[in-house]
Amino acid sequence: MKKLHYAAMIACMTLTGASAFAQPLTGASDQDVMTVLKDSFAPVGEVSLDRLEQSPEQKACSDMAATGQAIPKDVMEKLLKQAMASVKPPTDKQFLGDWKVGEKIAQSGVGLQFSDKPGVVSGGNCYACHQMTKSEIAFGNIGPSLLHYGKNRGNSVQMLEYTWNKIYNSHAYTACSNMPRFGSAGILTEQQIKDVMALLFDPASPVNNE
Amino acid sequence: MLRQLKKKLPGAIAFLLIASATGSGSASAQSIDSTQEGIDDYRQMLSDGGNPGDLLVDTGKELWLEKKGPKNVSLQACDLGLGPGVVKGAYARMPRFFKDADKVMDAETRIMYCMQTLQGINPKDITPTVFSKSGDISTDWEAIVAYVANESAGIAMAAPQSHAAEKAAYERGQKIFFHRSGPYDFSCATCHGAVDKRIRLQNLPDLLNAKDAQQAYTTWPGYRVSQGVVRTMQWRLQDCFRQQRLPKLKFASQASIDLLTFLAVRAKEGKMAAPGIKR
Repeated sequence: MKKLHYAAMIACMTLTGASAFAQPLTGASDQDVMTVLKDSFAPVGEVSLDRLEQSPEQKACSDMAATGQAIPKDVMEKLLKQAMASVKPPTDKQFLGDWKVGEKIAQSGVGLQFSDKPGVVSGGNCYACHQMTKSEIAFGNIGPSLLHYGKNRGNSVQMLEYTWNKIYNSHAYTACSNMPRFGSAGILTEQQIKDVMALLFDPASPVNNE
Repeated sequence: MLRQLKKKLPGAIAFLLIASATGSGSASAQSIDSTQEGIDDYRQMLSDGGNPGDLLVDTGKELWLEKKGPKNVSLQACDLGLGPGVVKGAYARMPRFFKDADKVMDAETRIMYCMQTLQGINPKDITPTVFSKSGDISTDWEAIVAYVANESAGIAMAAPQSHAAEKAAYERGQKIFFHRSGPYDFSCATCHGAVDKRIRLQNLPDLLNAKDAQQAYTTWPGYRVSQGVVRTMQWRLQDCFRQQRLPKLKFASQASIDLLTFLAVRAKEGKMAAPGIKR
C-alpha cells in the first residue's frame, strides 16, 4: 500500500515535471502565478523565460484589466509620462520614409516568435488590427480604421510628431493601450517606423489615394 | 489499414474547403461577410454528417480500447473523474481535482496520466509527438482526445469549483489570462477580452463573455480546416502563446491546467459540441 502511494507520487512528478510544487497547489498569489509560469514554459532559441517577467508598467496594466477597474488618475499620469519619456524622435528629424516599404512592413506578421528564424526582420503587422487601404480587405478591428489617415488629418509637424510617438510607444497617449510599443520595445527600427509613417502620410500611398 | 484511410480522408476534404473558402476573394468589404458566410455554410454542411473530425472519433475509440504500452493494457479502466471506465460526460466535468494524483488536471493531462499509470508509457516518450504538424495527418493523441470529448457531446459544461485546488487553479488561470508580458505586451485578454473583434478576417471569441466562452470551449478539440487536422485545447493554448511572443507552453504544464480551468468555468452550461470545425 505504502509502496503504491510512493509510486503514484513519482508518477505524478514525472508526468508534469512540476516537482517544484507541493501538491495540492492551493496558492494563487502573484508570486505563485510567476512560479507556475516559469515552470510551465520552455525557452526556444532567443525566446527565453525572461519574457514571462513583467515590467512595472505591464504589471500595473494587467492588474487593472483583471479587476476591471479604471486606472487611478495618478497611476495613469505616471504611465503616460514614462511612455512619452521613452520616445526617441528620428535622429535626422525626417519623419517620412518610403511608403512602399512601409506597406510590406504593415503586411508582415513575422518576428520575435519562437517559430521565426532567429534574427529575422520583424514586421509591424498593422493589418492584423487596423484597416489601412481599400484594397486590403483582410484587416482586423482591434484598433481603429486608418484609411485616409494623412488625407483626413494633413501632415502638420504636430500630426507627424503625434503619429511618430504613437507608433513608437502607444502608451504615451493611451495608458495600457493594446498596441505594441514598436519603437520602445525594439520591434521596429527607426527606418522601419519612417516607412510606416510614409504609408500613413504620403499622398501617393494607397492609404490616402484609394 | 482502415485507420490509415480514415486519417487521410480529412486532409482531402480540407483541401476542397480551402479552395472554396478562399476562392471568393473579390476586393470589397462585402467579401469579409461572404468569406465568413462561406465558412459558416461549410460548417453547417459538415455538421449534417460529414465533419472530418467525426471520423477521427471512431479511430480514437479504437485506440482507447487497444492494448498498448509496456503493460499491454487498454485505457478502458481510466478514471476520468466519474469512476474507472466512465468516459461519457467526463470531458464536460474537467478540469477537476483528482485525489489519486493530488492535483487538478484537464482532460489531456488526465489521459496522459492514465497512459502512464495504466499502460506504463513514459509521457516523455510521447509528449513531443502529441500534436500533428500542419498538413500532416492527425495523431493518435488527437484521435483519443477527440473521442473522449465527443463522449460529452450535448452535455453541459460543469467543471467543478468545490475543492480548494480547483478554486486556486481558476484564480491563477484568471491572472494568467490578464498577464501582459514579452516584447509585444500581449496577454490573452489583448485578443480575447472584447466583443466582435477580429485579427485580419479571423473572428475572436470574447472569452470573458459567457456566450462566446461557451461557443469557443465546447468546440475544441476541433477540425482545423486550414491545417487539415484535429487540434486539441493544449495545442490551442500553446499556439496562442507563440503568437504572444512568449516561450513554448509545456504540454500538461500547470499554467495550461490553470488557464483551462479558468476557461472551462467561464464556459459553464455550454453544451459540448466537439469535435467542432475551425477555420
